[in-house]
This record gives sequence, C-alpha cells and structure tokens, in this order.
Amino acid sequence: MSDFHPNAKGGFIENTLEGLHFALSRAMHAEASAARTGLLQRLDPRVKVAGFLALVVAVALATKLWLIAAILVVAVALVVISSIPVRAVASRTWIGAFLFSGAIALPALFLTPGTPLYGLPITVQGLRTGSFLLMRAETAATLMLVLAYTTPWTHILKALRIFRVPVVFVVILGMTCRYILLMLETAHEMFESRKSRTVNRMTPAENRRLAIASSGVLLHKTLHLSDEVYLAMQARGFRGEVYVLDDFAMQARDWFALAAFAALTGIAIVVGR
Amino acid sequence: MMLFEVEHLTYRYEGVTAIDDLTMAIPEGRVALLGANGSGKSTLLRLLDGLIFGQSGAILFRGDDVSEEHMLDDAFALPFRRTVGMVFQNPDVQLFNPTVFDEVAFGPLQLRWPKQEVRDRVDEILERLRIGHLKNRIPQRLSGGEKKRVALASVLVLDPAVLLLDEPTAALDPRSQSEVIDLMVEWGGGSKSVITATHDLGDLEDIADHCYVLDAGKLVADGSPAEILADTELLRRTNLIHAHRHRHGGELHSHPHVHG
Repeated sequence: MSDFHPNAKGGFIENTLEGLHFALSRAMHAEASAARTGLLQRLDPRVKVAGFLALVVAVALATKLWLIAAILVVAVALVVISSIPVRAVASRTWIGAFLFSGAIALPALFLTPGTPLYGLPITVQGLRTGSFLLMRAETAATLMLVLAYTTPWTHILKALRIFRVPVVFVVILGMTCRYILLMLETAHEMFESRKSRTVNRMTPAENRRLAIASSGVLLHKTLHLSDEVYLAMQARGFRGEVYVLDDFAMQARDWFALAAFAALTGIAIVVGR
Repeated sequence: MMLFEVEHLTYRYEGVTAIDDLTMAIPEGRVALLGANGSGKSTLLRLLDGLIFGQSGAILFRGDDVSEEHMLDDAFALPFRRTVGMVFQNPDVQLFNPTVFDEVAFGPLQLRWPKQEVRDRVDEILERLRIGHLKNRIPQRLSGGEKKRVALASVLVLDPAVLLLDEPTAALDPRSQSEVIDLMVEWGGGSKSVITATHDLGDLEDIADHCYVLDAGKLVADGSPAEILADTELLRRTNLIHAHRHRHGGELHSHPHVHG
C-alpha cells in the first residue's frame, strides 16, 4: 500500500467492465432512435434484416468503386430520412471504420506491386485495393448501423427466424444479451463497493488478487442466477422446447420496401460484376 | 382433502439441511409460511412447486404425488403448472424475455394455448395490473415495483388456482408494497389458494387465514395470524421480532418490534 488517492481512477478491469457495460447498453437500447417515426422505423423488421443483409452482400461482391460509393450515398440518405443523428453515425461508425480499416489497408498502398503513383512510394493498384477495403467497410458499417438504429434489438433477434434460425437459438441469444447486462451491472456494483471501502491505492499484485477473487464470486453468482432462471422457466411450463409468438404482419409498404431492396440488390450485383 | 400434504420431507443442499424431516398439511385458502432468513421457507415453496425434490419424504398435491418421476410426465406436469403458479423473490430471475409482452406470454405459450387466446389474455392481464403501457418495454429497464408487477402478471396470466409467493414485497418501496398486497387480497375474489412465504408480519392478517412458522427447516408452530402474532416469545425465538430500544424523554425504553 502507498499514497492516499481519494480520486484515484479505476483499474484496468474496472474500466473495461464500465466500458463494456456502457457499450452494450448503448448498442442494445437504441430504443429512442428505433421509436422515432422515420421511414424505416415503420417497416417490418424481417424486411429490414433481409434487405440490409442483401445489400451488404452486394457491397462485398461489387468490383466497381463507384457502385459501392453509390450504395453508401443511398445508406446516408436512409440515415437522414430515418431521423438518425448524423453526428452519432459519424463519430461511432465512420471515424471508427475509417481508422480500423485504414490501419489494415495502409500496408497495401506500399506493398501491392504495380505502377507508382506520381513518383510516390505507393502504387495505383495499392491505392485501389486500399480504397475498396475502406469503402466496403464504411458502407457495410453504415448499412448495419441504419438497421440497428431503426429496429429494436429484440425485433432484430426475432426477425432472424426468417433465416430458419432455430427458435431456441434466438431465445438463448436474447436471454444471453439480457443477463450479460445484469452480470455486468453486478460486477460494476462489486467494484464500486470495493472502491467505497478502499482508502489507499492498491499495488498491482493486490489488484490482481482482488480481480481474481471477484471473478470467482461473479462466476458463482452467474451459476446461481442461471439455476434460478431455469427454475423460473420450469415453473411456467417450460419442458425443454420453447414456444414463441410470431407477431409480425406484412403490410403493403413492407412488400413495397422488400421489392425496392430486392431491385437495388439485384441491380448492384449485376452492374457491379 | 388438503391442498398440500408434506410427509417426513428432508432436503439437503451443499451440505446444509434446508428442510429437516418436515411433516405438515396445508389447507386450501390463504396461508403464510413465516420464518427468518435461512428458515427454509423459500426452499419449501420450490419443493411444493415441484421444481426441486427432497432426498427423502413426499409431497402430495390434492392427493397426487409431486415426485420427480411424476413431473417428467406431461400428462401430470402440464395441468400441475397450469394450476400452481409461483412468483420468485427476485423478479430478475423471472424476467428473461425481450419485452414485457413476451414475458407475460411465455407461460401460456409453453402450456400450448392457442396464440390468439395468448394475445388476448396477455393484453387483459396487463391492463388489469395497470401495466399495459409497459408492454413493449425491455424488462431490465423497469423499476423494482414495475418488475414485480410484471413478474406477478407473468404468473397470474395463467389464472392458477394456487399461487405460491416468495417474499412478494421484499425490496419494494412502501407504495409498491401496498399495491402488491392489495393485488394479492383482491386476486381471485377469495376463491383461490395463496401461499405466501414472508418474514414481514405487518400485513399478515391481510394475506393469510392460517400461518406456519418455520425455523431451521422444521415446523415450530401453526395457527391463525392473531394467535401467532400474540405469541411474542415464539416470534422472538424464531427471529421474527427483535427488541426495539429508544428514549422517552431521558429514559431508555425497550419493547418487541415487528417489521412491516
């Protein structure tokens, strides 16, 4: 033990847990945006899941840069007409995808054999390869973000059933999301409780020991919770097979949107070859 | 015929004897299982609901054996689940579905009700419990009182003839406690059986006509709420009350204190 640090920042594990909790909460509860009355929010989730996945496939197959850019323009237009805050898209998606894909694409500029570009140490072919990677990543990420911001995650999970994903898998996925958040909250409270009883800064070795002990306690709590959840399911008639409601109903605008997605994807695949 | 008959039941868990050679008969009607933390009342509710099974002894529900073998048989288990509903102490273990509507629909769907009937019944129970406005919400984001109401709705939707409640007012604010108690009192109009495990003596006379007091997995007393509440020595011995010390003027004064 050493100096007194009343406002000492949390350790690596604590900060990671807090970050995870924040990110998961934000990702799974984009309810405010999904509840807005934009164009896409009113569509059947099955149409959106199928349509956006088809567009992502078309982007992956496209061999013309202008075509990928055109789909990105369509995605940005959807962001605007669906009342999604553009600043949030820029900060959470475009910058992130640019930095991540850019780091991967950067070596290709120098290492891809081909014609040098204006005497620079990069090649035309390298620039083309890097641009494809970057544009595909930006476009696919934007399309998925539009889906996530216009559809509650619970509906996205349910919509997975159109791809013949087994009911039990969809239910388990939903429960996993729910209980990961609950356990992250528990872990967060455990670290806060520890912080409230700690006046001195702990050594790295002490922090590691405490983190391991906390992991053990958390694992025990997780097992106990899973036992209790299983009993609660049994108490309401669960016999090993899950039955759920299919409560989506296609309307005229959904069929129209489905046709639009299909046409756009078909054109993109044919033209982009 | 008794609602439940418990015969020489023993249940051990991780080396601890939670229920110790217990024999008791529970009648139809409103019943309270009283006991301090660790007295075995929550475990007994799980045993009565056929969720866990004792190492020895037996439980009969209206004369039928609630054994592990019997619960594996759909012909017994599905009507039993339809008849006996249980609300857990911690609503988080009971709220595992993506939305409140899905949560309440879970039980009827597992019991293979027609889907239109499920939709109608869920809407009806949500309105009855005044939580219709929460139907599309994610259960995790609800307040403690709202979670408890949804947990209750998820069981009451089945309209069970017998309701098992584990500490129904635990960790609720006073207003939510009062609302839950009102619900229990009003529910079924007196035609249903309600077994409540609690250590809260404040509302005992509202929720029960007969009480059983458990201590260390054994039955130590039973009687009407008035009889049990009058036995201060019993309540003190079973940790259901404690001495409350405070000052009147300058003089220190002490008397038994009941929580609730």
